[in-house]
Amino acid sequence: MSETTAATTSGSTASGADSGAAGTSGATSGATIELENLTKRYPGSHEPAVDSVSMEIKAGETVIFVGPSGCGKSTTLKMINRLIEPTSGRIRIDGEDVTDIDPVKLRRKVGYAIQSSGLFPHMTVAQNIALVPKMIGWGKSRIKSRVEEMLDLVGLDPGEFHGRYPRQLSGGQQQRVGVARALAADPPVLLMDEPFGAVDPITRDHLQDELIRLQHELHKTIVFVTHDFDEAIKLGDRIAVLRERSHIAQFDTPEAILTNPADDFVSGFVGAGAALKRLNLTRVRDVEIADIPTVTVDDPLQTIFDKLRVSGVNELLLLDKRGRPYKWLRRGDLMRAKGSLARAGTLVHDTVTRDATLRDALEAVLTDNAGRVAVTGRRGEYTGVVDMETLMNSVHEMLEADRLDAVEHQHELEEQRAQLTHQEQEGAGYGDPGGAAKA
Amino acid sequence: MNFWDYLGNRHQQLLTDAYQHASAVFQCMVVATLIGVLIGVLTYRSEWAGNLATTATSTILTIPSLAMIGLLIPVVGLGVAPTVIALTLYGLLPIVRNAIVGLRGVDPSLVDAAKGIGMSRAARLFKVELPIAWPPILTGIRVSTQMLMGIAAIAAYASGPGLGNEIFRGIGSLGSKNALNQVLAGTLGIIVLALLFDAAYVLIGRLTISRGIRV
Ligand SMILES: Nc1ncnc2c1ncn2[C@@H]1O[C@H](COP(=O)(O)OP(=O)(O)OP(=O)(O)O)[C@@H](O)[C@H]1O
Ligand SMILES: [Mg+2]
Repeated sequence: MSETTAATTSGSTASGADSGAAGTSGATSGATIELENLTKRYPGSHEPAVDSVSMEIKAGETVIFVGPSGCGKSTTLKMINRLIEPTSGRIRIDGEDVTDIDPVKLRRKVGYAIQSSGLFPHMTVAQNIALVPKMIGWGKSRIKSRVEEMLDLVGLDPGEFHGRYPRQLSGGQQQRVGVARALAADPPVLLMDEPFGAVDPITRDHLQDELIRLQHELHKTIVFVTHDFDEAIKLGDRIAVLRERSHIAQFDTPEAILTNPADDFVSGFVGAGAALKRLNLTRVRDVEIADIPTVTVDDPLQTIFDKLRVSGVNELLLLDKRGRPYKWLRRGDLMRAKGSLARAGTLVHDTVTRDATLRDALEAVLTDNAGRVAVTGRRGEYTGVVDMETLMNSVHEMLEADRLDAVEHQHELEEQRAQLTHQEQEGAGYGDPGGAAKA
Repeated sequence: MNFWDYLGNRHQQLLTDAYQHASAVFQCMVVATLIGVLIGVLTYRSEWAGNLATTATSTILTIPSLAMIGLLIPVVGLGVAPTVIALTLYGLLPIVRNAIVGLRGVDPSLVDAAKGIGMSRAARLFKVELPIAWPPILTGIRVSTQMLMGIAAIAAYASGPGLGNEIFRGIGSLGSKNALNQVLAGTLGIIVLALLFDAAYVLIGRLTISRGIRV
């Protein structure tokens, strides 16, 4: 890890060379972003709005800026595509210094999506999405197929939405088109300033899921501003918690920030219930899913009785014709069934998918009067059960692992620092840059 | 002679006057629109320049049109020149004001977005700001045209073209048998022209305002 960091600071990282990025599969299409002592002083105010921010964002990584209102998140973000010109400091994208190049040229490499979607009301959805490809001179047919592709990508039916005007779309749909427009020319970097800030919580949740899916396919470098810490945890590979003047209070993975906040400011921002929030970071598929005996509605009553007796459990799960959880059947229910299952048992009213977060699962388990919930697959079919005990054990293991990670991380940092100081001293001593390599 | 007989006898002259009237207003409107939008584009960004432009054009409007033409005659002579200059100057005000208001009214976040996706200054202006500000600008053009229809009649005072000649002739010969017919024919002609122009603007609006921002 220390090698990667050293290489990037030298400013020579080639496109996509940084394989240590968050991308889990396939090639990385994002670019590295380096900010070096970036400062913005607005005319007429003596305090800088952003004071000497330095950070390195890896290719293909999603980095979230969170912090209180007015701390300089937007200003920092907008300096990356120079919508706001930095007062001092450097910006490098993929190793190339872009601080002084033509901003229009820079912005065509960097997608930009904002809170109000920023769609142009006098253009159709297709025209909005086609803007950037047109500007960089793509051919007509290429643009046309790209527009369809982008609409598909953000989950809108091209046939239906192609010719609509923004005012004929819901807020959530507008936001999707905004993202499609930002990505149309396939920029390696995507900047998003509270893109989901103005939609209702349910739509926001949906859009966040979409973004996660999208990023899984595309591996862009995304810098995302929000002041919703839960959103940050959900979306970020790493989170930069910013305090006033954009000072970085902590820049780390969501897990590390939750379990090991750097200081009181960060823990204040994380808010109460860090352990609960930690549950958002783990999916049901990552924990142990138990199997319980099941029967289907087509099974004769006798088979069901036999199964109950043989398995020695108190409860069976009755599945419907398509294998989906239908009813919980207890021993007593069956005694009272009197030849028909029509009125016996309790209906399954809540299930969770394998992709649900542990928090969703916990919620379901807590509201279930028997403390368990059925887990379903893609088409709603039964795949297993989680209960209170499983969840408790998983959470304990998780927190323990986090704690160990944090300790190790701390160690690594200290070692790195020691090594760097050592190298510097040696380099200075011999006046020979090769000296460090011998050491 | 009743009014209809008068129209029948004089329709050749009346049509020529009406054509010249319409033509003068149309041409001055084209020039006023170009200059007005240009002034708007050049000044809307700056608080004081925009206000200065609006105030200057308002001031022009407070000068009575007859006085304006009277003032222009010694400088540019009689005929078409004072008519064109006066009409263009008067036509500017609503256009400049609406252009400035319209351009300033474009949502700043849209301008931000346009910059953010890499549009150049010119592309921003022509593809985003002007199209969005176009409905109020067109309204300004419409108001200007209505106003110029009336003011153009005064131009006859400086031997300008148009239906004003009919009216002035009538006023000059008050008491004669055709005086009233002349005034009436000139006035009604102007009203009819104004309505025709207005209909044309409705059509232009339909054709040039995007369905996405049409109210
Ligand atoms: N154009 C400007 N001129 C002067 N000061 C500005 C300007 N834009 C922002 N500021 C100041 O800079 C600071 C940071 O603003 P910024 O918009 O970056 O905050 P933010 O973190 O994005 O806040 P929020 O969460 O409310 O969007 C604020 O104190 C703000 O008042
Ligand atoms: Mg902001």
